Amino acid sequence: MPFAIRLSQPYHRRMIVQLSHPTRQVEIKGPKRTKELLRELNLVVEAHLVIRGDELVTEDEMLADADRIEIRPVISGGV
Amino acid sequence: MNCTKCPTSTKAVIGLPRHNAAFCKDCFTTFVHEQVARAIKSHKMFTPEDRILVAVSGGKDSLALWHILLKLGYRADALYVNLGIGGYSEESHRKVQLYADTVAAAHGATLLVHVVEQEAGAGIRELATILHRPTCSTCGTIKRYQFNRAAVEHDYDVMATGHNLDDEAARLLGNVLHWQEEYLDKQGPALPASVEGFAKKVKPLCRLSEREIAAYAVLNRIDYIVEECPMAKGSKMLLYKEVLNRLETESPGTKQRFYWGFLDKQTKPESAPESMAAKDQRTLHPCPSCGQPTTADTCSYCKMMAKAKTAAR
Repeated sequence: MPFAIRLSQPYHRRMIVQLSHPTRQVEIKGPKRTKELLRELNLVVEAHLVIRGDELVTEDEMLADADRIEIRPVISGGV
Repeated sequence: MNCTKCPTSTKAVIGLPRHNAAFCKDCFTTFVHEQVARAIKSHKMFTPEDRILVAVSGGKDSLALWHILLKLGYRADALYVNLGIGGYSEESHRKVQLYADTVAAAHGATLLVHVVEQEAGAGIRELATILHRPTCSTCGTIKRYQFNRAAVEHDYDVMATGHNLDDEAARLLGNVLHWQEEYLDKQGPALPASVEGFAKKVKPLCRLSEREIAAYAVLNRIDYIVEECPMAKGSKMLLYKEVLNRLETESPGTKQRFYWGFLDKQTKPESAPESMAAKDQRTLHPCPSCGQPTTADTCSYCKMMAKAKTAAR
Protein backbone atom coordinates (compact mmCIF):
# COMPACT_ATOMS: atom_id res chain seq x y z
CA MET A 1 0.00 0.00 0.00
CA PRO A 2 1.85 3.09 -1.25
CA PHE A 3 -0.10 5.66 0.64
CA ALA A 4 -1.93 5.61 3.89
CA ILE A 5 -4.53 8.31 3.87
CA ARG A 6 -4.97 9.77 7.34
CA LEU A 7 -8.05 11.79 7.94
CA SER A 8 -7.36 14.34 10.59
CA GLN A 9 -10.38 15.67 12.45
CA PRO A 10 -11.01 19.14 11.03
CA TYR A 11 -13.08 20.22 14.00
CA HIS A 12 -13.16 18.65 17.39
CA ARG A 13 -16.53 19.17 19.05
CA ARG A 14 -16.86 19.65 22.76
CA MET A 15 -20.00 19.48 24.81
CA ILE A 16 -21.81 22.79 25.12
CA VAL A 17 -22.92 23.51 28.66
CA GLN A 18 -25.54 26.16 29.35
CA LEU A 19 -25.36 27.78 32.79
CA SER A 20 -27.47 30.34 34.65
CA HIS A 21 -26.80 33.12 37.17
CA PRO A 22 -25.29 34.64 35.06
CA THR A 23 -26.51 33.12 31.79
CA ARG A 24 -23.49 31.79 29.88
CA GLN A 25 -22.21 28.89 27.78
CA VAL A 26 -19.00 26.97 28.28
CA GLU A 27 -17.44 24.18 26.23
CA ILE A 28 -16.18 21.14 28.12
CA LYS A 29 -14.16 18.19 26.83
CA GLY A 30 -16.01 14.88 27.11
CA PRO A 31 -16.69 12.13 27.73
CA LYS A 32 -17.28 12.51 31.43
CA ARG A 33 -19.80 11.67 34.08
CA THR A 34 -22.37 14.21 35.26
CA LYS A 35 -20.89 14.38 38.76
CA GLU A 36 -17.41 15.00 37.30
CA LEU A 37 -18.78 17.82 35.15
CA LEU A 38 -20.38 19.45 38.20
CA ARG A 39 -17.18 19.02 40.21
CA GLU A 40 -15.13 20.58 37.39
CA LEU A 41 -17.46 23.59 37.38
CA ASN A 42 -17.36 23.71 41.21
CA LEU A 43 -21.12 23.20 41.50
CA VAL A 44 -22.93 21.30 44.27
CA VAL A 45 -25.15 18.38 43.14
CA GLU A 46 -27.84 19.23 45.69
CA ALA A 47 -28.31 22.71 44.20
CA HIS A 48 -28.46 21.77 40.50
CA LEU A 49 -30.23 19.66 37.90
CA VAL A 50 -28.41 18.42 34.81
CA ILE A 51 -30.54 18.28 31.67
CA ARG A 52 -29.31 16.67 28.43
CA GLY A 53 -31.44 17.89 25.52
CA ASP A 54 -34.73 17.87 27.40
CA GLU A 55 -34.09 14.84 29.62
CA LEU A 56 -32.96 14.84 33.23
CA VAL A 57 -29.83 12.78 33.87
CA THR A 58 -28.42 11.23 37.03
CA GLU A 59 -24.97 11.86 38.51
CA ASP A 60 -23.47 8.65 37.12
CA GLU A 61 -24.62 9.30 33.52
CA MET A 62 -21.82 9.51 30.92
CA LEU A 63 -21.95 12.72 28.88
CA ALA A 64 -20.42 12.90 25.40
CA ASP A 65 -18.86 15.68 23.34
CA ALA A 66 -21.90 15.85 21.06
CA ASP A 67 -24.28 16.51 23.97
CA ARG A 68 -25.98 19.80 24.71
CA ILE A 69 -26.22 20.17 28.45
CA GLU A 70 -28.11 22.58 30.66
CA ILE A 71 -27.11 22.92 34.31
CA ARG A 72 -30.11 24.44 36.02
CA PRO A 73 -29.81 25.93 39.52
CA VAL A 74 -32.70 24.96 41.78
CA ILE A 75 -32.30 27.45 44.63
CA SER A 76 -34.67 30.36 44.91
CA GLY A 77 -34.28 33.05 47.52
CA GLY A 78 -37.65 34.71 47.64
CA VAL A 79 -38.75 33.45 51.01
CA MET B 1 -28.34 4.17 37.77
CA ASN B 2 -31.64 2.24 37.64
CA CYS B 3 -34.97 2.96 39.29
CA THR B 4 -35.01 1.32 42.72
CA LYS B 5 -38.81 0.99 42.70
CA CYS B 6 -39.53 -0.51 39.26
CA PRO B 7 -39.52 -4.31 39.12
CA THR B 8 -38.12 -4.03 35.56
CA SER B 9 -35.31 -1.68 36.67
CA THR B 10 -36.02 1.19 34.27
CA LYS B 11 -33.28 3.80 33.86
CA ALA B 12 -33.49 6.41 36.63
CA VAL B 13 -33.77 10.14 35.92
CA ILE B 14 -32.93 11.28 39.45
CA GLY B 15 -30.98 9.93 42.40
CA LEU B 16 -32.15 10.77 45.93
CA PRO B 17 -29.24 10.10 48.30
CA ARG B 18 -31.28 11.12 51.38
CA HIS B 19 -33.67 8.25 50.65
CA ASN B 20 -30.93 5.97 49.32
CA ALA B 21 -33.06 5.65 46.17
CA ALA B 22 -33.24 6.51 42.47
CA PHE B 23 -36.42 6.88 40.42
CA CYS B 24 -37.61 6.79 36.81
CA LYS B 25 -40.00 9.54 35.72
CA ASP B 26 -43.22 7.71 36.68
CA CYS B 27 -41.96 6.45 40.04
CA PHE B 28 -40.57 9.90 40.87
CA THR B 29 -43.92 11.54 40.08
CA THR B 30 -45.64 8.99 42.32
CA PHE B 31 -43.04 9.63 45.06
CA VAL B 32 -43.67 13.40 44.93
CA HIS B 33 -47.46 12.96 45.03
CA GLU B 34 -47.14 10.58 47.99
CA GLN B 35 -44.92 13.01 49.91
CA VAL B 36 -47.43 15.84 49.40
CA ALA B 37 -50.38 13.61 50.32
CA ARG B 38 -48.51 12.55 53.46
CA ALA B 39 -47.81 16.15 54.48
CA ILE B 40 -51.47 17.11 53.93
CA LYS B 41 -52.68 14.18 56.02
CA SER B 42 -50.16 14.24 58.86
CA HIS B 43 -50.50 17.99 59.44
CA LYS B 44 -54.29 17.99 58.84
CA MET B 45 -53.91 20.70 56.18
CA PHE B 46 -57.22 20.30 54.32
CA THR B 47 -59.76 17.81 53.00
CA PRO B 48 -61.00 17.14 49.43
CA GLU B 49 -64.08 19.26 50.21
CA ASP B 50 -62.06 22.37 51.08
CA ARG B 51 -61.48 25.24 48.65
CA ILE B 52 -57.78 26.05 48.45
CA LEU B 53 -56.10 29.27 47.29
CA VAL B 54 -52.53 28.66 46.08
CA ALA B 55 -50.11 31.58 46.20
CA VAL B 56 -48.29 31.46 42.85
CA SER B 57 -45.26 33.45 41.74
CA GLY B 58 -44.30 31.79 38.43
CA GLY B 59 -41.44 29.95 40.13
CA LYS B 60 -41.03 26.16 40.27
CA ASP B 61 -42.39 25.64 43.80
CA SER B 62 -45.72 27.43 43.52
CA LEU B 63 -46.53 26.17 40.01
CA ALA B 64 -45.53 22.62 40.97
CA LEU B 65 -47.73 22.89 44.08
CA TRP B 66 -50.74 24.04 42.04
CA HIS B 67 -50.06 21.22 39.55
CA ILE B 68 -49.78 18.53 42.25
CA LEU B 69 -52.93 19.65 44.09
CA LEU B 70 -54.93 19.60 40.85
CA LYS B 71 -53.51 16.16 39.94
CA LEU B 72 -54.44 14.88 43.41
CA GLY B 73 -58.01 16.06 42.76
CA TYR B 74 -58.18 19.04 45.12
CA ARG B 75 -60.22 22.17 44.41
CA ALA B 76 -57.36 24.65 44.04
CA ASP B 77 -57.48 28.16 42.55
CA ALA B 78 -54.50 30.49 42.57
CA LEU B 79 -53.56 34.12 43.18
CA TYR B 80 -50.66 35.85 41.45
CA VAL B 81 -49.35 39.16 42.81
CA ASN B 82 -47.65 41.24 40.12
CA LEU B 83 -44.97 43.17 42.01
CA GLY B 84 -44.00 45.44 39.12
CA ILE B 85 -40.34 44.37 38.94
CA GLY B 86 -39.90 45.27 35.24
CA GLY B 87 -39.19 42.39 32.86
CA TYR B 88 -39.01 39.85 35.72
CA SER B 89 -42.64 40.43 36.72
CA GLU B 90 -43.78 40.49 33.08
CA GLU B 91 -42.11 37.13 32.46
CA SER B 92 -43.37 35.47 35.65
CA HIS B 93 -46.90 36.81 35.04
CA ARG B 94 -46.83 35.41 31.50
CA LYS B 95 -45.78 31.96 32.75
CA VAL B 96 -48.47 31.86 35.44
CA GLN B 97 -51.14 32.93 32.95
CA LEU B 98 -49.92 30.32 30.44
CA TYR B 99 -50.15 27.57 33.06
CA ALA B 100 -53.60 28.76 34.17
CA ASP B 101 -54.90 28.76 30.58
CA THR B 102 -53.30 25.55 29.32
CA VAL B 103 -53.42 23.25 32.36
CA ALA B 104 -55.34 24.60 35.34
CA ALA B 105 -58.42 25.65 33.33
CA ALA B 106 -58.92 22.04 32.23
CA HIS B 107 -59.30 21.12 35.93
CA GLY B 108 -61.88 23.90 36.42
CA ALA B 109 -59.39 26.05 38.36
CA THR B 110 -59.12 29.83 38.02
CA LEU B 111 -56.39 32.42 38.46
CA LEU B 112 -56.85 35.65 40.44
CA VAL B 113 -54.39 38.48 39.81
CA HIS B 114 -53.43 41.45 41.97
CA VAL B 115 -51.26 44.18 40.42
CA VAL B 116 -49.36 46.15 43.09
CA GLU B 117 -48.91 49.20 40.85
CA GLN B 118 -52.66 49.52 40.32
CA GLU B 119 -53.36 49.77 44.05
CA ALA B 120 -50.20 51.36 45.42
CA GLY B 121 -49.33 53.57 42.44
CA ALA B 122 -45.79 52.20 42.30
CA GLY B 123 -43.92 48.92 41.91
CA ILE B 124 -42.16 47.13 44.75
CA ARG B 125 -38.75 48.68 44.03
CA GLU B 126 -40.12 52.26 44.18
CA LEU B 127 -42.22 51.49 47.26
CA ALA B 128 -39.19 50.14 49.11
CA THR B 129 -37.24 53.29 48.27
CA ILE B 130 -40.10 55.57 49.39
CA LEU B 131 -40.52 53.60 52.64
CA HIS B 132 -36.75 53.23 53.31
CA ARG B 133 -37.24 49.49 53.80
CA PRO B 134 -35.40 46.51 52.27
CA THR B 135 -37.16 45.38 49.06
CA CYS B 136 -37.58 41.77 50.25
CA SER B 137 -39.33 42.76 53.46
CA THR B 138 -41.62 45.21 51.59
CA CYS B 139 -42.41 42.42 49.12
CA GLY B 140 -43.05 39.91 51.92
CA THR B 141 -45.46 42.25 53.71
CA ILE B 142 -47.42 43.02 50.53
CA LYS B 143 -47.63 39.38 49.46
CA ARG B 144 -48.68 38.10 52.91
CA TYR B 145 -51.35 40.83 53.10
CA GLN B 146 -52.75 40.31 49.59
CA PHE B 147 -52.80 36.51 49.79
CA ASN B 148 -54.52 36.56 53.16
CA ARG B 149 -57.01 39.21 52.04
CA ALA B 150 -57.91 37.30 48.87
CA ALA B 151 -58.31 34.03 50.78
CA VAL B 152 -60.64 35.63 53.35
CA GLU B 153 -62.63 37.80 50.91
CA HIS B 154 -63.19 34.96 48.44
CA ASP B 155 -64.10 32.48 51.21
CA TYR B 156 -61.30 29.99 50.66
CA ASP B 157 -60.91 27.48 53.48
CA VAL B 158 -57.15 27.52 53.33
CA MET B 159 -54.23 29.27 51.66
CA ALA B 160 -51.33 27.14 50.39
CA THR B 161 -47.79 28.33 49.71
CA GLY B 162 -44.95 26.58 47.89
CA HIS B 163 -42.50 26.66 50.81
CA ASN B 164 -40.31 23.54 50.59
CA LEU B 165 -37.99 21.63 52.92
CA ASP B 166 -35.01 23.83 51.97
CA ASP B 167 -36.98 27.05 52.64
CA GLU B 168 -38.05 25.79 56.05
CA ALA B 169 -34.62 24.43 57.02
CA ALA B 170 -32.92 27.68 55.92
CA ARG B 171 -35.41 29.78 57.86
CA LEU B 172 -34.97 27.57 60.92
CA LEU B 173 -31.19 27.94 60.66
CA GLY B 174 -31.55 31.73 60.45
CA ASN B 175 -33.88 31.85 63.45
CA VAL B 176 -31.63 29.58 65.52
CA LEU B 177 -28.46 31.47 64.58
CA HIS B 178 -30.05 34.69 65.82
CA TRP B 179 -32.01 33.06 68.68
CA GLN B 180 -35.25 34.45 67.28
CA GLU B 181 -37.32 32.12 69.44
CA GLU B 182 -40.50 34.15 68.94
CA TYR B 183 -40.50 33.16 65.24
CA LEU B 184 -40.12 29.44 65.89
CA ASP B 185 -43.81 28.96 66.71
CA LYS B 186 -44.70 30.10 63.21
CA GLN B 187 -42.42 27.60 61.51
CA GLY B 188 -44.94 24.78 61.37
CA PRO B 189 -46.31 23.48 58.04
CA ALA B 190 -49.89 24.33 59.07
CA LEU B 191 -50.78 27.61 60.76
CA PRO B 192 -54.38 27.84 61.98
CA ALA B 193 -56.69 30.78 61.34
CA SER B 194 -55.95 31.91 64.90
CA VAL B 195 -58.17 35.00 64.82
CA GLU B 196 -61.01 36.39 62.70
CA GLY B 197 -59.50 37.78 59.49
CA PHE B 198 -56.63 35.33 59.29
CA ALA B 199 -56.80 32.53 56.71
CA LYS B 200 -55.43 29.11 57.60
CA LYS B 201 -51.99 28.73 55.95
CA VAL B 202 -50.35 25.48 54.88
CA LYS B 203 -47.12 24.33 53.22
CA PRO B 204 -47.81 20.99 51.47
CA LEU B 205 -44.28 20.83 49.92
CA CYS B 206 -42.54 20.77 53.31
CA ARG B 207 -41.38 17.15 52.85
CA LEU B 208 -39.71 17.82 49.47
CA SER B 209 -36.36 19.45 48.74
CA GLU B 210 -35.92 22.27 46.27
CA ARG B 211 -34.07 19.95 43.88
CA GLU B 212 -36.88 17.39 43.99
CA ILE B 213 -39.49 20.03 43.18
CA ALA B 214 -37.41 21.46 40.33
CA ALA B 215 -37.00 17.93 38.95
CA TYR B 216 -40.77 17.38 39.21
CA ALA B 217 -41.39 20.62 37.28
CA VAL B 218 -38.92 19.66 34.54
CA LEU B 219 -40.25 16.10 34.20
CA ASN B 220 -43.86 17.29 34.07
CA ARG B 221 -43.06 20.04 31.54
CA ILE B 222 -44.12 22.86 33.83
CA ASP B 223 -42.83 26.08 32.28
CA TYR B 224 -41.55 28.10 35.25
CA ILE B 225 -39.29 31.13 35.60
CA VAL B 226 -35.76 29.85 36.20
CA GLU B 227 -34.19 33.27 36.75
CA GLU B 228 -33.73 34.36 40.33
CA CYS B 229 -35.72 37.40 41.45
CA PRO B 230 -33.27 40.32 40.89
CA MET B 231 -34.20 41.66 44.33
CA ALA B 232 -33.09 38.47 46.13
CA LYS B 233 -29.39 38.93 45.29
CA GLY B 234 -27.28 38.79 48.43
CA SER B 235 -30.18 37.51 50.55
CA LYS B 236 -29.23 35.72 53.78
CA MET B 237 -31.64 32.89 52.86
CA LEU B 238 -29.50 32.08 49.82
CA LEU B 239 -26.43 31.89 52.05
CA TYR B 240 -28.15 29.57 54.55
CA LYS B 241 -29.36 27.34 51.71
CA GLU B 242 -25.86 27.18 50.25
CA VAL B 243 -24.43 26.11 53.61
CA LEU B 244 -27.18 23.50 54.14
CA ASN B 245 -26.66 22.12 50.62
CA ARG B 246 -22.95 21.66 51.26
CA LEU B 247 -23.79 19.78 54.46
CA GLU B 248 -26.42 17.76 52.59
CA THR B 249 -23.90 16.75 49.93
CA GLU B 250 -21.47 15.49 52.58
CA SER B 251 -24.17 13.96 54.75
CA PRO B 252 -27.44 13.18 52.90
CA GLY B 253 -30.55 13.72 55.02
CA THR B 254 -29.14 16.63 57.07
CA LYS B 255 -31.82 19.13 56.02
CA GLN B 256 -34.59 16.64 56.68
CA ARG B 257 -33.23 15.65 60.12
CA PHE B 258 -32.76 19.30 61.05
CA TYR B 259 -36.28 20.46 60.13
CA TRP B 260 -38.27 17.33 60.94
CA GLY B 261 -36.42 16.97 64.22
CA PHE B 262 -37.51 20.50 65.10
CA LEU B 263 -41.14 19.70 64.19
CA ASP B 264 -41.04 16.53 66.30
CA LYS B 265 -39.84 18.48 69.32
CA GLN B 266 -42.54 21.09 68.68
CA THR B 267 -45.34 18.51 68.78
CA LYS B 268 -44.19 16.76 71.97
CA PRO B 269 -45.88 18.01 75.15
CA GLU B 270 -43.73 20.40 77.10
CA SER B 271 -42.30 19.17 80.40
CA ALA B 272 -39.73 20.80 82.66
CA PRO B 273 -36.29 19.60 81.52
CA GLU B 274 -34.38 17.50 84.06
CA SER B 275 -31.29 19.31 85.37
CA MET B 276 -27.88 17.96 84.36
CA ALA B 277 -27.04 17.20 88.00
CA ALA B 278 -30.31 15.28 88.55
CA LYS B 279 -29.78 13.30 85.34
CA ASP B 280 -26.17 12.45 86.32
CA GLN B 281 -27.25 11.34 89.80
CA ARG B 282 -29.89 9.10 88.24
CA THR B 283 -27.67 7.45 85.61
CA LEU B 284 -24.08 7.39 86.95
CA HIS B 285 -22.45 5.01 89.45
CA PRO B 286 -18.80 4.31 90.42
CA CYS B 287 -16.81 2.06 88.07
CA PRO B 288 -16.11 -1.22 89.94
CA SER B 289 -12.52 -1.11 88.68
CA CYS B 290 -11.36 2.50 89.23
CA GLY B 291 -14.21 4.20 91.11
CA GLN B 292 -14.77 7.03 88.60
CA PRO B 293 -18.37 7.75 87.57
CA THR B 294 -19.72 5.77 84.62
CA THR B 295 -23.05 4.76 83.08
CA ALA B 296 -21.69 1.36 81.98
CA ASP B 297 -20.78 -1.70 84.03
CA THR B 298 -17.10 -0.84 83.70
CA CYS B 299 -16.00 2.63 82.56
CA SER B 300 -14.79 3.06 78.97
CA TYR B 301 -11.24 3.99 80.14
CA CYS B 302 -10.86 0.76 82.12
CA LYS B 303 -12.31 -1.24 79.22
CA MET B 304 -9.90 0.39 76.77
CA MET B 305 -6.86 -0.19 79.02
CA ALA B 306 -7.82 -3.81 79.65
CA LYS B 307 -8.08 -4.36 75.87
CA ALA B 308 -4.73 -2.61 75.25
CA LYS B 309 -3.00 -4.75 77.91
CA THR B 310 -4.43 -7.94 76.40
CA ALA B 311 -3.27 -6.93 72.92
CA ALA B 312 0.23 -6.01 74.16
CA ARG B 313 0.80 -9.45 75.72
